[in-house]
Amino acid sequence: MSDSLKVPTMAEFSVTGKQPEVLFWVGCAGSFDDRARKITKAFVRLLNKAEVDFAVLGTEESCTGDPAKRSGNEFLFQMQAVTNIDVLNAYDVKKIVTACPHCFNTLKNEYPSLGGDYKVMHHTQFLKNLLDEGRLTIQGGKFKGKRITFHDPCYLGRANDVYEAPRDLIKKLDAELVEMKNCRKKGLCCGAGGAQMFKDAEKGDKEINIERTEQAMAVKPEIIAAGCPFCNTMMTDGVKNKAEGQIEVMDVAELIANANDL
Amino acid sequence: MSLLPNLIFAIILFSGLAFFVRNISKLKRNIYLGKDVDTSGDTNLRWINMVKISLGQGKMVRRPIAGILHIIVYLGFVIINIEVLEIVIDGLFGTHRIFSNIGPLYGFLIGTFEVLAALVFVAIVIFWFRRNIIKIQRFVKSEMKGWPKLDGNLILYFEIILMALFITMNATDTEFQLNNSGNIISQFFAPLFEGLNLNLIERTAWWMHIIGIIIFLNYLYYSKHLHILLAFPNTYYGSVKPKGQLDNIKAVTNEVKLMMDPDADPYAAVDEDTETQDKFGASDVQDLNWVHLLNAYTCTECGRCTSECPANQTGKKLSPRKIMMDTRDRLVEVGNNIDTNNGEFKADGKQLLGDYITNEELWACTSCNACVEACPISIDPLSIILEMRRYLVMEQSAAPVELNNMMSNIENNGAPWPYNQMDRLNWKNE
Repeated sequence: MSDSLKVPTMAEFSVTGKQPEVLFWVGCAGSFDDRARKITKAFVRLLNKAEVDFAVLGTEESCTGDPAKRSGNEFLFQMQAVTNIDVLNAYDVKKIVTACPHCFNTLKNEYPSLGGDYKVMHHTQFLKNLLDEGRLTIQGGKFKGKRITFHDPCYLGRANDVYEAPRDLIKKLDAELVEMKNCRKKGLCCGAGGAQMFKDAEKGDKEINIERTEQAMAVKPEIIAAGCPFCNTMMTDGVKNKAEGQIEVMDVAELIANANDL
Repeated sequence: MSLLPNLIFAIILFSGLAFFVRNISKLKRNIYLGKDVDTSGDTNLRWINMVKISLGQGKMVRRPIAGILHIIVYLGFVIINIEVLEIVIDGLFGTHRIFSNIGPLYGFLIGTFEVLAALVFVAIVIFWFRRNIIKIQRFVKSEMKGWPKLDGNLILYFEIILMALFITMNATDTEFQLNNSGNIISQFFAPLFEGLNLNLIERTAWWMHIIGIIIFLNYLYYSKHLHILLAFPNTYYGSVKPKGQLDNIKAVTNEVKLMMDPDADPYAAVDEDTETQDKFGASDVQDLNWVHLLNAYTCTECGRCTSECPANQTGKKLSPRKIMMDTRDRLVEVGNNIDTNNGEFKADGKQLLGDYITNEELWACTSCNACVEACPISIDPLSIILEMRRYLVMEQSAAPVELNNMMSNIENNGAPWPYNQMDRLNWKNE
């Protein structure tokens, strides 16, 4: 399938003098992490299928600076931000979609005061819009009746109050959406945020992703749906530890691509 | 008739108020030891937040049992205190129940107060049980040992005694009981006092009630209970931005822009208007902003933040409540230092970082905002954690090794992992 992916870059677009409808900000995980790349590709297949005129920055994309900022390195964050904003503004980018809630939060909330003002959407919001506009349809058959629980990414949910878009998409799969005890505003972190992804946890009596995986297991899902590449990694690790082979961890975009046999 | 009681009353009342005002001005001075922070804009939203969250107790009922009990105590506190007006007038002018001649309305008011007093009494007893017998987890965490535990209980004892005195003074007021209007609760207690010197008991209860209120008022400054006043400004000044949005340090922006600008003259004289900063982040309370410090004084140690914290739930040392308590305790210490050194802070070889809050606590935070979401009065522990991380990283280069690696990866190849930026689109062809 991958050979048929259409992934134009902003540079290619600018040669033709045209402007894409939206920039897909892939993010570091989406670009480099093996598991997250699958999410990236699933999302691109959906964009291709819906004939969305999108582009990526490709080699011109760089880390948004989120993990640096949350580690306390404001200099590095702002260097990254200003560099990225220069690139985005040079291409006159107006609208951005990303499958990473950390990039989403940073681009949406922390870039404007540094000169980068864009309409930023999470991929679940974008997919929901495509659906509402009739540009994309979801075939439910494959996941009919499956128990799916959605793990709220902190940077999508609490940080930016987006709770419904991913759930609306899951419901369209005719699946049985089951909620964990801690969901939405009370969703428990997967343990990766605030740059924890890149270091070992402090001493404690448990890993956070194990705690969260157990909360998910309590509602006996067949699939844990995620909307963040880092949550995906943490939950996948948790499942490996606690329920290998019984539960699958999938991004919402993968569920939809899968349902549509993409 | 002797004017002595009136005089004694006036002295107690006014010296109590004066002492309170003196402490509040100290409190204000301490809060303004913090740096200035932009709280302009969104005035309407701020008022709405205050009305909904503070006045309306909007977030309290997320935990229904504690929430409803708290609303009873809150309403009781606010409404029963109308009675203090009458007590003050009676005390100053030697009258007795000056408002009783307003007719049936008086009975209705006092009756309402009595019912509320009874409800408050019950709620407080339940609160006491939750803290001391059931030992609900968030009340017995490690930072709740010693004074914080005693403080929590003292507040309950104060309230229970004040309510008991209120009912006693009504139950032993012969005339009030004879009128049989408004004595909804106290009529059941009146028989207990039969045959005793009613007038003496009534007077004693009356005096102890008002003196108790004045002592309680002055206790606030030394207690976590300040939230009954500070919750209002705190919810007003609470963040009105998305929770995920952290501030961008302006002084850094100026430097970064200068570095990125090819036309900039690095030797140019510094413009006086340009914001410069001699220290990044916070190692002590004076480095935080005044809203952080207001947050610290406002915290009533309910522990909802800590019980929602993923790090705390999994046994790490981090407790967002402790971050707030430490900030407040250090601020009090700095304030006392200023008082004893004639208005100037003398270095005491201590600071918030290290002496109160450890690096281990700071690095355990996932910045998930669960604590911020959980706080019923808009306190933001995450913001203080971030300021202290900023100090550790930008002033001390003291991040954990793995984070330093992550940051040098971002610096060198634009990703937190050691991959080449030129490989960013490789996924397309794999």
